[in-house]
Amino acid sequence: MLGGVAHGLAMHLGLPVVWVRAAFVLLTFANGLGVLLYAVFWFVVPIGLDEPVRGQRGVSYVWANGQFVPAGASGVTPDPLRKGRRGRLGRLRDVLQGTFQGEPVIAEESAVGGGSPGSASRQNLGQLAALLMLVIGVMALLNVLNIQSSSPYTWPLLAIGVGVALVWRQADDSRWQRWFGLQGGGKRRVAFARVGVGVLLVTVGIIGFLVLQGTGSTLAAVIEASLAVLAGVLVLTGPYALRMWQDLAAERTARIRAQERAEIAAHIHDSVLHTLTLIQRRSEDPKEVQRLARAQERELRLWLYRPEAAAEAAPDTLAERLRSVVAEVEDRHGVPVELVCVGDCPMDDRIAAQMQAAREAMVNAAKYGGGGPVQVYAEVEGRTVSVFVRDHGPGFDPDTVPEDRMGVRESIIGRMKRNGGTARVRPAPDGGTEVELEMERAADD
Amino acid sequence: MTDAVAPDPGAQGPDRVARVVLVDDHRMFRTGVRAEIGRTEVTGIDVVGEADDVESAVRVVAEARPDVVLLDVHLPGGGGVEVLRRSTAVMGEPGGVKFLALSVSDAAEDVIGVIRGGARGYVTKTITGTDLVNAIFRIADGDAVFSPRLAGFVLDAFAATDTPPVDEDLDRLTQREREVLRLIARGYAYKEIAKQLFISVKTVESHVSAVLRKLQLSNRHELTRWATARRLV
Repeated sequence: MLGGVAHGLAMHLGLPVVWVRAAFVLLTFANGLGVLLYAVFWFVVPIGLDEPVRGQRGVSYVWANGQFVPAGASGVTPDPLRKGRRGRLGRLRDVLQGTFQGEPVIAEESAVGGGSPGSASRQNLGQLAALLMLVIGVMALLNVLNIQSSSPYTWPLLAIGVGVALVWRQADDSRWQRWFGLQGGGKRRVAFARVGVGVLLVTVGIIGFLVLQGTGSTLAAVIEASLAVLAGVLVLTGPYALRMWQDLAAERTARIRAQERAEIAAHIHDSVLHTLTLIQRRSEDPKEVQRLARAQERELRLWLYRPEAAAEAAPDTLAERLRSVVAEVEDRHGVPVELVCVGDCPMDDRIAAQMQAAREAMVNAAKYGGGGPVQVYAEVEGRTVSVFVRDHGPGFDPDTVPEDRMGVRESIIGRMKRNGGTARVRPAPDGGTEVELEMERAADD
Repeated sequence: MTDAVAPDPGAQGPDRVARVVLVDDHRMFRTGVRAEIGRTEVTGIDVVGEADDVESAVRVVAEARPDVVLLDVHLPGGGGVEVLRRSTAVMGEPGGVKFLALSVSDAAEDVIGVIRGGARGYVTKTITGTDLVNAIFRIADGDAVFSPRLAGFVLDAFAATDTPPVDEDLDRLTQREREVLRLIARGYAYKEIAKQLFISVKTVESHVSAVLRKLQLSNRHELTRWATARRLV
């Protein structure tokens, strides 16, 4: 709860979190061992490394039967002892990686709260409770050891301990913030305040310690000497440290840039280069070359120009569905289809039926439209969704279509009618055919 | 434009000639366009200059004073919008030179940006040679050329705020203008739109020009809001 330690341990040992927590609490009464252990674990094991680390250990954990079990292990429970040891080693490796390479070890923030959404506020309450428990634990520890009166060193030691805890905890938090991008001005101020208070506490503790030891009288001289040494070290190593820091920053930037370039290169390689190779090999088949080039152009265009947010936010809307239908028809029939989409809306059953009708209309236009581009226009206006499909072919008279031809009559007009919409097929003013599909969206939004 | 039955370019070639400057940073593309439309005796298009970045484009346009500039949107040195800005600065407001954006990009911000910068039309590079020649002459005559996609973007931009008429704003689209735009988006040629709406081609052209004007002027309400909503500005 406090540092996610119990949770992490529980995951490693394959035990319910509650048990681990209970064990900690129980151990607290055995001469405060629990608190000590908790503190040690907390400081040694950075937060997050105990969470499911995707792709690093090759094992992901899933929540099942009230505990985390490795996914893919399919019922085979790993030997807890071995896991424990290996876990420590693995963790150590991860810690080293995290510390020295800045390896993005990702932890799900919500995973700490059991992965349930909206756990953030509950988590805060939990942390508060945990803090209270910690204080009580410390009190218990002091009582058990019975030293608060006997030893004058207690308070300085306590001050040092709390100071160190504050500073370390802050380091912990800055890590969190780096991962989740929570760096705000206010948070930064809080961070500085925390570190400041921590340092102050430690200083006070040390001074108190020295005073109690009786070296208080020579304190001024000691501090002077220490400061002199510190200043000397700073002067000597300062430039190197600065240089190192700058190198580190430069290297990080370079690495990020290289990564970006690598990703673009990978994409170009996977898509464009492959297509170009295919085109070279099939240069004698113009139809296939056209198809490949068109598909590739569409894909690259999508990748380059489509806002990322739109691509991720709404994977299945009218515009999205139309795009995929258009792509399919283009590829299958080798006729370019130009899509213009005004507005967008979520899919429902009736719109889905309309899309099927539109697809049929596009296929017809591609087949009989004389090979020219097929134009598709879709518009969402209030609750009405209209789709127009037009070609520039010879055109035809719907009334002269024989009774046994089902394409237009059933797949387009019939389907639209059955779903409460209308379909009209008419000759376009200057040749070609236009199919108009109109549908009201389902009532609920 | 995607005219279904484009008039034979040879028919209009001899009696009039449009002087054109090509601005594109890909030499291959310039060569291709020149080969496709540059046969003056057939198409009536005379390519009088080429440029491959903003700097040279401004210079060439100011020197050659063509009728129409075919302007790529993405250019080294600032892009097509920059060429528009600096050309008007150099030549004064009308200058007699008209710009037609010709780009491979059909991203909304590119299209809207270059139109608001003062281009008279926007076509994508998939356009056929005949259609491009038609578009150039239409631009030279002072009309606006809207591709179906551009019409779609404009409708999109005005759609959200068009229904509740809070105040009778000048730059709101009229019913008729929207009808015309919708037909363009459906792939109709100007001639077909005229037939469909029982109006003359000239009227269609004036509607489209009105839309273009509103598009360029309307920096106060709809477009700004639309662009902001899509994080284009």
